[in-house]
Amino acid sequence: MKTKVSLALVATATMVMTPAFAQEVLTIGVRSEAASLDPHWTQLSADLQVQEHIFEHLVDLDTSSQPVPGLAVSWAPIDETTWEFKLREGVSWHDGEPFNADDVVFSFDRLRAGIDGAPASPAFQLEKGSKTWEKIDDYTVHIITDGPYPTVAEDLAMLPIVAEHATAGKTASVDFNSGEAAIGTGPFIFEEYSPGNRISVVKNDSYWGDDPHWDQVVFRPVGEESARLAALRNGDVDIIDYPPTVDLPQLESDPEFTVSTVSADRLIYMIPSYRHVEDFVTDMDGNPLMPNPLRDWRVRKALSLAIDREAIRDRIMGGASLPTGNIVPPGFFGHVDEIEADPYDPDQAQALLAEAGYPDGFMITIQGPNDRYINDARIVEAVAQFWTRIGVVTEVDTMPRNIFFSELIRGGDLTFPGFDDPKFSMALTGWGTVAGEATYTVSGILESYNAATGGGNGNFGRYSNHDVDARSVLAKKTIDRDERLALLEEATKIAMSDYALIPLHFQVNKWAMSSDLEHTPRTNERTLAWEVKPAE
Amino acid sequence: MSDAGVSLRRQSRFAVFWTTFLGVPSAAIAFVVFTALCMAALLAPWIAPQNPYDLSQVSILDNLLEPGEQSFSGMTHWLGTDGQGRDMLSAMLYGLRISLIVGIVSGVIALAVGTLVGLIAAFRGGWVDSLLMRIVDLQLSFPTILVALILLVILGRGVDKIIFALVVVQWAYFARTVRGVALVENSRDYVEAARGLRFSAWRILFLHVLPNCLPTMLVVATIQMAQAISLEATLSFLGIGLPPTRPSLGLLIANGFDFLQSGRWWISVLPGLVLLVLIVSVNVLGDRMRDVLNPHLQR
Amino acid sequence: MLEFLLRRVLQAILVLLVMTVLVFFGVNVIGNPVYIFASSECNQACLDEIIRNLGLDQPIWRQYLTFLGNLFQGDWGLSFTHGVPAMSLILERFPATLELALAALVLALGIGLPLGVYAGLKPDSPISKLIMGFSMVSFSVPIFWIGLIFILIFSVRLGWLPSIGRGDLVSVFGLFEVSFLTWDGLRHLLMPAFTLSLIMMAMVIRLTRAGMREVLHADYIKFARANGIRERRVIGVHVLKNILIPIITVLGMEFGGVIAFAVVTESIFSWPGVGKMLIDAIAVLDRPLIVAYLIFVVVMYVTINLIVDILYSLLDPRVRLGGNAS
Repeated sequence: MKTKVSLALVATATMVMTPAFAQEVLTIGVRSEAASLDPHWTQLSADLQVQEHIFEHLVDLDTSSQPVPGLAVSWAPIDETTWEFKLREGVSWHDGEPFNADDVVFSFDRLRAGIDGAPASPAFQLEKGSKTWEKIDDYTVHIITDGPYPTVAEDLAMLPIVAEHATAGKTASVDFNSGEAAIGTGPFIFEEYSPGNRISVVKNDSYWGDDPHWDQVVFRPVGEESARLAALRNGDVDIIDYPPTVDLPQLESDPEFTVSTVSADRLIYMIPSYRHVEDFVTDMDGNPLMPNPLRDWRVRKALSLAIDREAIRDRIMGGASLPTGNIVPPGFFGHVDEIEADPYDPDQAQALLAEAGYPDGFMITIQGPNDRYINDARIVEAVAQFWTRIGVVTEVDTMPRNIFFSELIRGGDLTFPGFDDPKFSMALTGWGTVAGEATYTVSGILESYNAATGGGNGNFGRYSNHDVDARSVLAKKTIDRDERLALLEEATKIAMSDYALIPLHFQVNKWAMSSDLEHTPRTNERTLAWEVKPAE
Repeated sequence: MSDAGVSLRRQSRFAVFWTTFLGVPSAAIAFVVFTALCMAALLAPWIAPQNPYDLSQVSILDNLLEPGEQSFSGMTHWLGTDGQGRDMLSAMLYGLRISLIVGIVSGVIALAVGTLVGLIAAFRGGWVDSLLMRIVDLQLSFPTILVALILLVILGRGVDKIIFALVVVQWAYFARTVRGVALVENSRDYVEAARGLRFSAWRILFLHVLPNCLPTMLVVATIQMAQAISLEATLSFLGIGLPPTRPSLGLLIANGFDFLQSGRWWISVLPGLVLLVLIVSVNVLGDRMRDVLNPHLQR
Repeated sequence: MLEFLLRRVLQAILVLLVMTVLVFFGVNVIGNPVYIFASSECNQACLDEIIRNLGLDQPIWRQYLTFLGNLFQGDWGLSFTHGVPAMSLILERFPATLELALAALVLALGIGLPLGVYAGLKPDSPISKLIMGFSMVSFSVPIFWIGLIFILIFSVRLGWLPSIGRGDLVSVFGLFEVSFLTWDGLRHLLMPAFTLSLIMMAMVIRLTRAGMREVLHADYIKFARANGIRERRVIGVHVLKNILIPIITVLGMEFGGVIAFAVVTESIFSWPGVGKMLIDAIAVLDRPLIVAYLIFVVVMYVTINLIVDILYSLLDPRVRLGGNAS
C-alpha cells in the first residue's frame, strides 16, 4: 500500500499543491459497481458491500456470517412470539444527530410501506413470520412474530437502519446517490459517487466501534477479469475481488502479492427437474424419454459419481473450490459432517445407469449462466465432458444471467400441476446461505414448492419429498437451537441420500492484494475496508 | 465495362480479369492465403487432430497444455490446449470454419435481400422507392454493433441467430448500393433498347441490369464479409453470440483473454492472428477487386 | 433550402418515433428483470411486489404509451438499478464517452492525415507501402483484441500507462469536466483513445491518399504549380482544402458509429462512459436505462446525419441545388 499524497487540483491547467499531509487511502477494484446507495433499494451484493461502509444493521454478521451485536447490543426472546432488542447508546449519525429507537421504527416502517420503484427492497425479511415492531423506550425495541420464530436476529442482519431525520421526505435512491441522504452510523462517511468511475468514502472519526484505519476508501469498478488483475499489477488499485482463477497459482507464489481465501456461503450445484417428460432429456435419436430418467435416484447418483469434483477444483477453479455433498458450508449451523463429496467413480456410474435401464445412456442438454458464478460456464462444460464420458451425451447451453434466471425460474410452459413453469431439465445454479444457518436453505432448495408459504422458493426442479417437508416446516417454527439443528440435519440427510440435487462445490472466494496488505475475508463475499489492514 | 469496345469472348475476358486481378503481389498473396484458409476450414473434420465438438474426446485434465506438449493419452498438441482441454489446432480449424460460415452465409443472404430490395426500389420508383429507402435509412441510422448486440440479447445464442443478426445489420448497405448502381444502369442505352424491344420488366432487371450491378456488389460483399467476421468476433467477446462448446475464432480469443496474464499466450494470440490474417486477406482482395472492377466506388 | 431542411427534420422525427417502438418492444421481451433483483429467499408475494414496483404488471402496450407520454414531457424513465432518472445518468456519463470519441478523432486526423498525404505524394516509396499496410491492418484488427494486447504490453509488462478508468478531472468554466487537461487524465486517455481511433485512422489515411492522388492531377493544381506557388502551399492549402470535404463527410457519418463502438473500448478499459453503462444495464436488464440509451443514440445519430447533410450542402452547392436528400 502506497501512502498517497492528497493533491488538490485548481480548476486550471496549473496544479497547486495544498499543504501535503499523508493520508491512508485504500483503493478497491471491484467486479461490479454499486448502483444505488439507498440501502433499501436493491439486494445486489455490489450495492450492499458499499452501503455497509455507511449504514449499519441492528445485528451484524461476523466474517463467518454468524450474528454479532451491531446497533443492538443484545437480544433475546421474552416469550414465544416476542424478541427484545436493546439498542446501543451513544451512537450518532454522520451529521451528529443521536441514533435511537425512532430510527429503527422509521426504517422498518419505510420498508413495510414499500419504496416506490425499488426493484428489490429487503422488506420481505419483515414479512417472514409476519413481524411487527414496537418502540418500548429510546433504546429498546420489541419484534413480535405471529408464532414461534427462531431466526429474528438473522433476518434483522439484512435490514439496514437509516436516519429518520435525514431520510424522511427525501427521494429514494436519488438523494442517497447525491449524498444528501446517505447519512448512516457506519465507520465511513459518504464522500463522492462518480458513476462508472469511483465511489469514495472517508473515515468517520466518531465511529462507536474499532478504528477502521483508512482515511479514505475508494471503490473502482473493473468488470473485465483480466483488466482488474492488470489494474492491481500496475498499482491502480490496492486490492481486487474475484481475481481470475487461472492466475491464482502464479499470484500466490508471487512475493509482490498476497491472496486471501475463504470458503464462501455459496453452494454450486446441478439442479435436476422432476417432470414426467423433460424437453431437454431425450433418447439417442432425439425422442423425448418417458419416464424422465432424472426421476430415478440411481440415474441422479450415477450423474453425481461421474463428476470429478477435484479435477474441476484443480483444473478450472485454480484450487479455489471446496468439493461437497452438503448444502451449507462447514462451520454453518446445519452442516452435516458425515455427508461427504461423492468420489469420482465412472465405473459405478455406468453400472448404476445400466441398472436403471439406460445401459447405452441418453441425451441431455444442460444450461447454466456465464456471468454469475466463478467460472460458471466452464464448470458446465466440464460437467458435460464427464457425463458424455459415461454415455450420457450432453450438450451445453450457457447464457447471461439476465436470461438464465428468468428461464430457470419461469421460462417453461405449464406442464405439470404444482410445477409452474421452470424451463430447464438440468441446470447449474448456486445458492448462498446468507444468514449463516441452514433453516432457509433447507426450506428454499429442498422443501416442496409452495407459493403460499414460500417453501421451496429456490426448488426450481420441483423436488418433492414428504419426509423432508415435514422436518423443514417444523424447523422453521422451532426456537430451540438443538432441536432445530436435529431437524435440519435429518432433512438434509434424507434429501441428499436421495440426490434431490447434485452438489458440486462451495465457492472459495479469493482476493488479491499488494503484499503490504492483509485481509480477513468473509464468507458472504463482501469486501469491507476495515477488514483490510497494512501487513505487520 | 472499362474494356468496352474490345470484343473478347467471355472466357478470355475472365482470364484477363484474373491476370489483372492477381497481377499485384499483395493481391496474389492474399488470394493464396484466403484460399488456403478456406481449404483448411473446409477440410477441418479430416485434418484436425481432434473433434473439439465431441466432448468425450475433450478432457479438462488436458487443459492449458503448452504448444508441443503431450496430453494424458499421449496425443501431442502442437499448438497447445485451451482452458477446457480442447486441442488448439483443432479448435482453431473448426473456429475458422464457423467464422467463415458466419461471414459468407450472412453476406450471401444479406446480398440477396439487399439486391432484391435495391432493384425493386430502383425499378419501381415512386412511393415504393421512398418507403424502401426510408427503411434503409432507418436501418443505417443505427450503429451496427448496437443493433446486433440488442438483437442477440433478444434472440439468444446460436450460429443461426448470429447470422440472422448480421443479415439484419448488413442488408441495407447492399440495398442502397444496388439501388444506386441500378439507377445509373437504368438510364443507359441498352436498357432503353431492351425496353424498346418490349422485354418484360423482370427480364430486363435480372438479365440486363443485375449482371451490370454484379461487380459493385461483389466489392461491397467482400468488404461486408470482412466486417461480418470481425463483428461476430466482437459480439462473441462481449459474451453473446455463439454457444461455448462451438467456439468461433472470436470466442476462442475471448476465452483466451483470461489466460493471457498468466503467460498462456497461445490461447488468445494464435486465434487472434488467424483472425487478423483472414480479415486482412479478405480486405486486400476487396480492395483489389474494387481497383479492377470499379475504380470509382469509395469505401 | 428551407424545404430541404424541413423535409429532413420531419423524416428525422418519423425515424425517431419508429425507433421508440422497435427499441421499447425489443428490449421488453428480453428475460425478466425481476429474477435478477429478487433475493433467493424472495417468495411469491415478494416477487409480486417487485413486479408492481417496476411497473411490469401493466400490459406492454400500456407501458409503451406511458413511456411515450413521459418522453414527450422530457421524462426518460427511472433506471431500475440506480433509481435515478435515466437521462441524468446518461448525461452524467456521456461527457466521458464524448471525450474519448473526440480524442480518437483527433488522433485519427493528427496521425492519419500526414501519413495519408505522404502516401499520396509518394505512392511508390516503401514507406508509403508500409503506411498502407498499417492502414489495412488497423482497419482489419478487431479492436477488442488490440485493446487487450495494449493493456498487456503497456500496462502490465511495461507499466507505462494505467489500464482502467478515467484520470483526474478538471472543470472547464464550471460547465463540464474534462480529463485531457491533466497529466493523469492524458495518461488514462491515451490507450483507449488510440484503440478506438484505429479504424477511423485507417479511413483517414485511405481517403487522404485517394483524394491526394485525384486532386494532384486536377487542372487547378497544375495551374497553381505552373504559377510558381510553392509546393508546400499547394499541398497545405489547395489540395487539403479539397480533400477535406469527403473526409469530413465520412468521419461525420462514422462518428456516431465510433460512439457506439466505444461500448467495446469502454468495457475493456473500464472507461466510465455510456457504452460501459449500457453493457452493465444489459447485464441486469435495467430496461428503462437500455431503452433511454438506445433512443438517445438514435437521436444523436439522426442529429449528426442532419448536421452533416447541412454542412455538406453548405460546402458543396451542387447538393443544395439538387435538393435530393438521398
